[in-house]
Amino acid sequence: MSFFKHESIEINAGLLIALTMVVISIGGLVEIVPLFYIKNTIEKVEGVRPYTPLELRGRDIYQREGCYLCHSQMIRPFRDEMLRYGHYSLAAESQYDHPFQWGSKRTGPDLARVGGKYSNEWHVAHMINPRDVVPESIMPSYPWLMENELEYSDIADRMRALKKAGVPYSETREEYQANVEKFGREVADRLNILAAEQNLIAEAQAGNFDGDRARLTEMDALVAYLQMLGTLVDFSQYEEGHFAEFR
Amino acid sequence: MSEANKQQGAVQTTGHSWDGDLQEFNNPLPTWWLWGFYLTVIFAVIYWVIYPAWPVGESYTKGVANTITYTVNGEERTTHWNTRALLMKEMQSGQDAQKMQAYMEKVAAASYDDILADEEMLAFTRAVAKGLFGDNCAACHGSGGAGVIGLFPNLVDDAWLWGGSVEQIEATLTQGRRGFMPGFERSLDEGQIDAVAHYVLSLSGHEVDGDMAQRGMQIFNGKEGGCFYCHTKAGTGLESQGAANLTDSIWTVANVPGRDGLEGKLAEVREVVENGIERVMPAWDQRLSDNEIKLLTVYVHELGGGQ
Repeated sequence: MSFFKHESIEINAGLLIALTMVVISIGGLVEIVPLFYIKNTIEKVEGVRPYTPLELRGRDIYQREGCYLCHSQMIRPFRDEMLRYGHYSLAAESQYDHPFQWGSKRTGPDLARVGGKYSNEWHVAHMINPRDVVPESIMPSYPWLMENELEYSDIADRMRALKKAGVPYSETREEYQANVEKFGREVADRLNILAAEQNLIAEAQAGNFDGDRARLTEMDALVAYLQMLGTLVDFSQYEEGHFAEFR
Repeated sequence: MSEANKQQGAVQTTGHSWDGDLQEFNNPLPTWWLWGFYLTVIFAVIYWVIYPAWPVGESYTKGVANTITYTVNGEERTTHWNTRALLMKEMQSGQDAQKMQAYMEKVAAASYDDILADEEMLAFTRAVAKGLFGDNCAACHGSGGAGVIGLFPNLVDDAWLWGGSVEQIEATLTQGRRGFMPGFERSLDEGQIDAVAHYVLSLSGHEVDGDMAQRGMQIFNGKEGGCFYCHTKAGTGLESQGAANLTDSIWTVANVPGRDGLEGKLAEVREVVENGIERVMPAWDQRLSDNEIKLLTVYVHELGGGQ
């Protein structure tokens, strides 16, 4: 076929681009596609759920501020990482992440299990000026998080967008029932898109993450997100070798 | 360029030309490069056989003759090669892990006196506890233990609010502490608070107005202020209350050394007397193992020179 001859490819830029893309995508396809149908890719584990509306807004702010440029969220299965950060990350733990925040650049520490490690007050002080609590820190300050009111009028749309990507937020009665069966009633209520705004406000008021009850700030959302990172799976429920069996 | 390339005509061209005379040589690949390429192909085939590689249906090839054995609840399990099993094996029987385990057991069995007297155990404790401290304590006390004046106590100075013996430090770590001084804004008027501030500064050798200090002392040691209940009449502080020693020139709440001039220093003290202070050290017995608390106790004791 003269179409695939050296000369016809070289003198036809469009064909050259198309064929180049085919060749370089083979490597990716071979590595990624099988993961979608290999049974053990996502571990069977209790407790992992999609983000609540408040956590979701926190996660958006995390991405807006570019936290992922310096912080990874992926504890690898090595002894030194386990001693410092805790249990290695599971695929199941980021199954509702779009996009995932694994990362590989650690200018700051890994945050996959930062939830519950520090108090809310510590996080607030740390965000306003990291040097107040960690003198040697090189992290930038984010004082505006405490000043900016949290914008949440579009929270339902944000959840709908994620629903399109496969995250089980519910809009219809059937979807809600399915969530009740999958996550239990309490979690299912928080995944209901129709009640997103009330849920967001209620969670912020109950948690009072930024220490200021009068206002709902971006700090509320970010700290709520940080405080749940890596806390969904109770690893004490599983024996030591359990997760090795999924590989 | 090799000799062959320089001799025009000795090397074949790709056969086509652009712009009339622009041609491209078609040199054979260097032999060493070609053999390198074949070797990587051979390496890949060997790798496919030994390690998990090819997806097959819902599963994948697991690799031949390459298993990992680890222990769960005393029962041995063998599995195909994977990084998670490898980690478990390393945590259980790796050289470093076993060495650490041996030391951990030695430290667990030893008393504080033994650890403090043994250079080897002490070196191990310093190395491990430095990481524990960095992970759990440094968020508040700072990675060097210097704390933040007014918020988190300094652990490297000679003052110990709750006692600096190993037993007391262990108790602080295990149960946590709640430091509380009430504010006197309502029970004392401005003049009285000012007098108390003068007296407090005089305790640590500051030169203040004698009459004011005298008046302050009466409030401090009398029922009006009642400061002596916790700080004692000598001003040295009760450890059981976590009350600061006011005579030692070490300041943990009021930033007296940070202010120049007597008026500034007085203002710092006045503010603490007016508003009081409440500080909480959380309990760590749920988060850290007994042995980890033991290592940290020794570490913190060493930081501040202990008592």
